[in-house]
Parts: sequence; structure tokens; C-alpha cells
Amino acid sequence: MSIELPLSHRHTGHCETGVSSILLENAGLPISEPMVLGLSSGMIFAHFPFLRINELPLTTYRMPPGFIYRWLAGRIDVRWQQQRFRNPEAGMQALDEALEAGQVVGLQASVYWLPYFPQAMRFHFNAHNLIVYGRDGDEYLISDPVFQTPQRCPRDALRRARFVRGALAPKGLMYFPVAVPNGINYARVVTPSIRKSANIMLRAPLPWVGVRAVRGLARRLERLPTEGEARYARLYLGQIVRMQEEIGTGGGGFRFMYAAFLKEAAEKTHNRALDELAEQMTAVGDEWRQFALACSKQVRSKHALDVSEAADRLRSVAESEKQVWRGLLKAV
Amino acid sequence: MKLSEVPQDNNPGYEAEKRAVYAIDDNGRYTVATSTGWEAEDVVNTLAVEEFRRLAQEAHERVLQGEASPLEFHMYDRRMDVPTLAQATGIWQWRLKRHLRPAVFRTLSPRILARYADALGLGLAEVQTLPVEPDA
Repeated sequence: MSIELPLSHRHTGHCETGVSSILLENAGLPISEPMVLGLSSGMIFAHFPFLRINELPLTTYRMPPGFIYRWLAGRIDVRWQQQRFRNPEAGMQALDEALEAGQVVGLQASVYWLPYFPQAMRFHFNAHNLIVYGRDGDEYLISDPVFQTPQRCPRDALRRARFVRGALAPKGLMYFPVAVPNGINYARVVTPSIRKSANIMLRAPLPWVGVRAVRGLARRLERLPTEGEARYARLYLGQIVRMQEEIGTGGGGFRFMYAAFLKEAAEKTHNRALDELAEQMTAVGDEWRQFALACSKQVRSKHALDVSEAADRLRSVAESEKQVWRGLLKAV
Repeated sequence: MKLSEVPQDNNPGYEAEKRAVYAIDDNGRYTVATSTGWEAEDVVNTLAVEEFRRLAQEAHERVLQGEASPLEFHMYDRRMDVPTLAQATGIWQWRLKRHLRPAVFRTLSPRILARYADALGLGLAEVQTLPVEPDA
């Protein structure tokens, strides 16, 4: 089988926002990745000490997988068709049929089993998103937006990656937009989407979500055992930074992407205040970067572990996040 | 983050791939830039990779000493841990832990072995064998 459907591959910062943006553009609704992040209200901060991945607590800078494209759909009246499959062969057949029908599709898959991923990045994360736009014999043509250029993936590997079992198991999830509006009414959607994010960050009832969670994490850092080699503490710091830099967008997590959203929203809604808040959000992103630097310095240090700089920077981040979200609530 | 601040640290882990990041150009506008990596990210990622390698190496030793089954080595070698492998196979954690003991592992049926092999991406013979070198 040999098919190549037209698709504009783009290099984006994150998988779910990138795939959503590319698929919607392909379906006739141009929307940038930052706008996807903003309108989906997908950016948050949460740290759950009791939810463990490889014995380390879960830190996340975005809503759980699937929320971004679903909340976006609700916000801007997009309808996605989603299919999951009970067995891998059915899933692969459906993929082939979609391609034959001229439909480019999004898939959920495990990073570990995708051979085009660099070795050092292959961990068991089952909620990665990518696009398939063709097939060439045994290989599928992949537009994985976190990569600069399109990739290829053998059928067996793709089948395995789509049907791994475990946390956030994909079950072969395949999705594509079936209905898109003619355009986006920014005047109507920007405000509620910003308010939703601000409320999550400022008013979430759970102490593990939002600005409170940032401060809570700073306190936890100070309680880490730091005697001797402090292996656990170093892994702990490392995990926080990995969630910020790897699953996210690099250099401050999603904050820079959100600042880009605010700039674009400012333009589209003629709201100059959002422009200034974009600059403030950029500064918050820079603070997150400084925090990551402080953590990595301790991770690699040969001396006794000292978390005070990292904890202080995190408290500063918490304060700056509080200010920017309050500012956003006033501005919209 | 300004364009000039976008890190270009050539992370070896990237294998010459590039990441897309959002940065501000000279006109104050956001643009997508590429980064060859950030050292801070490399440090923490290497730590995570090395931790699995350490666990695999220790498991390798323990298998040689007859204190663990090859399953324990293969689990860490594939960057899994007990909860991850349990979820991937649908086998309960308490059962899995028993299978990490050589005496119990030796009694496992081909069906159970096949479930482990499949989840680990190994052949049936492979999952029962310890490679000579842990880094093979």
C-alpha cells in the first residue's frame, strides 16, 4: 500500500497542542499552537505527592492527556471523531482505511516503542500524540510535530506503540476533526478561556493544583533528605525539571507558549492589556527556567545537596504566577 | 525568553534532533525557534537514564549471584519498574514480585512468560536469559 496525503508538517513545542493545531489547519481551520493552548485552558501546574511515577511524585504543567483537544473542541465548536479498539489488528485496519479514504489522523501512542525517538528520550509515557498522513509499504509516514521533519515508523512498531497496556493506555486511539466552524469568534472565546485557566491556578479547591501547589512544592523540597549522596532528593528535583522541560516545551514549560497566546489574543481582541500581561507571563517563564537551573545545579553538584536556592526561586515563581493570573482576571 | 537566550547546548541525548521553543525576537514578537538542547535538561534526563542503568546493572549482579531472576534485569533494562511492568502485563504487583525470585521464575508457564516477553518486547528465550553484559 502506498499513500501520501497532503499535509503541512510543522515543528511545534508540544505534542497534543501541536497535533490539534496541525489537524485543524488541515481541516480548514487555521489555529496556532499557542492559541490551542490558550483556548483549551490546558496550561496549569499541579504536583501530587501521592501519585508516583517510578517512585517519584507526579508534577505536571498541563491538564491530563486528552483534555486539551477536548476542551478546545468545546470552546470553539469543533467536533472530533475518536475511536478506540479492542484489538491491535482492528486498530491498524481502521488506520489503513482512514488513509485510503483520504483522511489524515491523529494517534495516541507510547513514546518508548516509537523507533524514531532518540534513545535517551524513550521512556514509558503512553500519551504521546502524532499524526499519520501516509503509508509506504511497511512504513507509515508520520508527522510528529515535536520533530523538525516528518518521520517514518514500521507497522509493527506503530501497532505496539498504539496498544501498550498501562497508565494512560492509548487503546489505539485514533482521532480527527469531523466538523470545524468557519472561523473563531475571538471576542467570545478568549475571555472565558483565560478566566478558566486563572481560576484553576488561583482558586482550585485542591492544594495540589495551582499557585498553592507551587508553594506547597517549595515546602516539600525543603523537607527532602539531603544527607550523604541524597540520591532520592536528586531524582526528585530531576523529575520536576524533566516534566517541565521534556513533556513540555523546553525553557520554562508552557509559560512562553501561553505568553505567545496572550500576544496573539491581544491582537485579535484589540486588548492592549493582554500585551503587557504577555510580557509578565514571559517573565514568569524565565523564572521557571531559573528554578530549573537551580535544580539541575544541585543534581550534578558533588557537594552536599542544598535545596534552598531552588525552594526560594520556586516561592518567587509562586508569587509571580499569582500576580499574572490576577492581572489576567482584571484584564478580560 | 529572547531568541538570543534560546539554549543551543547540543544535548547528545537529542541525537541531532531539535526542539521547538517559543521566544521573543528583536521586534518583541513571539516566534518559534529551534533549540539543540539545554544543559539543565540534559543533566536531569541523564540522571533518569543512568538511574535505570544502575538498577539494571545491580539486577544483573543479583541474577549472577542467584538472588534475582532474569526478569528483574530485563525489567530495568527496558526502563520499567514493578508498577509499570505490572500494568503493562496485567499481572498483579504482588505476583510479579514473586516472579523476580529465581526459584519461582523457573516454574512459570510458557503463557506467563509470553506475557512478560511481549510486554518487554523480547523473545520467549530472551526473557529467560541473562545477557552476558548488562549494557549489551
